[in-house]
Amino acid sequence: MPTLLRTPASVVWLVLVAATAFSWTLGTDHGLGPDAQQLAGIAILAVAFVKIRFIGLYFMELREAPILLRGLFEVYCAAVGTLVISLFLFAR
Amino acid sequence: MVTLPDAEVAPRTPRPGRRVPHVPGEPGAWIFILGDMCVFAVFFSVYLIQRGHDPGLFAHSQGELNRNLGALNTIFLLVSSLLVVLAVRAIREESLRHLASRLFLGAIGCGGCFIVVKAFEYHEKLAAGITPATNDFFMYYFVLTGLHLFHLLFGMAVLTVLWRFARQEAPLSHYKLAFVEGGACFWHMVDLLWIVLFPLLFLVR
Repeated sequence: MPTLLRTPASVVWLVLVAATAFSWTLGTDHGLGPDAQQLAGIAILAVAFVKIRFIGLYFMELREAPILLRGLFEVYCAAVGTLVISLFLFAR
Repeated sequence: MVTLPDAEVAPRTPRPGRRVPHVPGEPGAWIFILGDMCVFAVFFSVYLIQRGHDPGLFAHSQGELNRNLGALNTIFLLVSSLLVVLAVRAIREESLRHLASRLFLGAIGCGGCFIVVKAFEYHEKLAAGITPATNDFFMYYFVLTGLHLFHLLFGMAVLTVLWRFARQEAPLSHYKLAFVEGGACFWHMVDLLWIVLFPLLFLVR
């Protein structure tokens, strides 16, 4: 088992858990004012899209995939991440 | 007869330190996975556009959700994803193959824990008289989490097939190994979608 755990994916997993704790703390802080809440929202969403990029590259093994497949995934993370954060800020 | 120079007939070997690019799973599985991710991207956008029409209602309704349960479910899915990564690693290596079936079983167990938590969460809401008909926020909450739950159930069925493959003593055929990789990627997609749904529905205000 220790041999199995010796992989970059294990380190990435620890980072993902820490990032989840960070987002949960920001999202449950009720003492934030409206501006700080908006900033917290942007940070939480940005962290989510960085997390899914890590899942793709290290868990789905897209780091070692042909450039087209990896590129499609990277474009998805960047484009959907930008779209979601923009709609969060500007959709009225 | 025309002969080709050696450089053209010799098999391509990677440069030292570089790995040969490898598509995890069958290429067809990726059309399904990326297509599904795009469909969810539309759902995320529609939800945020609706939220923009009535941010007060969405913020107030979101306050009724139990953020701790959402975070707990995120951890269950992250643990399950790591177990699947380790299981795929184990299945590829002769000396570690015996661990793969137990790792897949652990991942299926984490999926089961997610369902239990989600059932508790739904029960909590329904007992409080909150249904999809309560307002727009809860309609999206139930539809989006329900669709995700459907994917999770499908993913658990796939993991069950992978668990059966992992129990075989003989090394897996090329076809079965590709199925294992594709199935594992589908499970990671289930995790990935929740990673966005959780902050969207539970956290951002």
